[in-house]
Amino acid sequence: MEFMPEFRTARPTTVAEAVAIRAAEPGSRFLAGGTDLIPNIRRGIVAPPTVIDLAGIAEMRAIESLDGGLRIGAAVTLAELANHERVRTAYVGLKQAAGGIAASTHRQVGTVGGNLCLDTRCVFYNQSEWWRRANDYCLKSKGDVCYVAPKGSHCFAAFSGDLAPAFMVLGAEVEIASKSGVRIVPLTEIYQDDGIDYLLLKPDEMIAAVRVPAPSDGFRTGYAKSHVRSAIDFPLAGVAVGLRREDEAITDLRVALTGTNSMPLAVEGTEGLTGGPPNEAMLQGLDALIAKQIQPMNSTFSPPGYRRRVVAKLTRSLILNLYRDG
Amino acid sequence: MIMAKSILSLVLNGRRRADAVADNVLLIDYLREICGLTGTKMGCDGGECGACTVLVDDRPRLSCISLAHQVAGRRIETIEGAVSNGRMSRLQRGFHEKLGSQCGYCTPGQIMAAEGLLRTNPNPDDDQIREGLSGNICRCTGYVKIIESVRYAVEAPSP
Repeated sequence: MEFMPEFRTARPTTVAEAVAIRAAEPGSRFLAGGTDLIPNIRRGIVAPPTVIDLAGIAEMRAIESLDGGLRIGAAVTLAELANHERVRTAYVGLKQAAGGIAASTHRQVGTVGGNLCLDTRCVFYNQSEWWRRANDYCLKSKGDVCYVAPKGSHCFAAFSGDLAPAFMVLGAEVEIASKSGVRIVPLTEIYQDDGIDYLLLKPDEMIAAVRVPAPSDGFRTGYAKSHVRSAIDFPLAGVAVGLRREDEAITDLRVALTGTNSMPLAVEGTEGLTGGPPNEAMLQGLDALIAKQIQPMNSTFSPPGYRRRVVAKLTRSLILNLYRDG
Repeated sequence: MIMAKSILSLVLNGRRRADAVADNVLLIDYLREICGLTGTKMGCDGGECGACTVLVDDRPRLSCISLAHQVAGRRIETIEGAVSNGRMSRLQRGFHEKLGSQCGYCTPGQIMAAEGLLRTNPNPDDDQIREGLSGNICRCTGYVKIIESVRYAVEAPSP
């Protein structure tokens, strides 16, 4: 038998039941597709006494129309999202992000909620128990030192989910369920730039669904990423762009990134770059905004300088492509 | 702590069965250790190579990062179920005829992933075959022979 720590599985059939179990059992974890959680359990990175299997909750598995937009249940699979008719036609960036995650086998079980809550990643963290023990563990799990920045007391593991930036440029909101009910917040507000506490969810809270507003006229989205292998791998860096072109001018521009920080980053200040075509001055302005806000660290095998350059390049080409098509 | 077991019932290679299985047992361990079906292989140990691919309700799934209880009540198919009446499936024939298998370790996963692909798309083009097998790593063949093997199965007359 392969190594697995001992745990008990709870199998709720409603969201209310699931969050009640989560509140009652400290350290328990939600399980959806398991493509992120189970490898981490196997590596001894997390050892939840209780695993709450969300597969039996039908209300979390639907994509519904809502106010002209979509309400996407958190347990919808990445394949279902990428192949959904409305997503393919009206939310192209979201389709590109969902359809490019890992490989087709993973996408048939991995879920929207799982990708939004994807554990942050680092070369010193995503290793076997034996590897980490031999290196005295790291700050994110059982250790005292962050080997990426040994002098500090901050964890720099990188957020690598592909969906979050694609949802962010659409202005998505999330429904967060807890024992006290459901609150709806912008997706940008559930993250902070800390590799350990990257999610601002309380212990008994769970993302139940994502709400995407109705597509607005002429607003186009795209997603592109850089990775070592074109399948199975996590992004070194990913870029989502949304823009609207009116005549020669870009009148709305939104950029969000993944892989560069411990959270998905909605780039601030892009509204100051609108009003004209994407000429070299505008693109250099955007390069400067991004360079100031990202903080890629030595948490992956590719050096931070490379990820800085690749983010700038991907963003430029996405903007030019969307501008040309728009 | 003594792990409590609960009854897991499912349909495995066409036969209904029920076993007492602990909550923390992986699907691959259930298949290999409890059911004795060792055709499903453990490769990378973390969902990165596809060697452990089985079909769950006709869809490929990585058995090394699935809990056995996650597939309760479902139809599971492993490479042992590919043969019917002593005859190889068209994909097994394809891998045999086109030399899609060298060391053979990834082959059960490749065949199950390809089987899942052909059930949703019976006539895939080469790009769709690559996409369907993108989660399965082979260190021997360079993939050319694997694509040819699947193509052979696609073009084979129905038995």
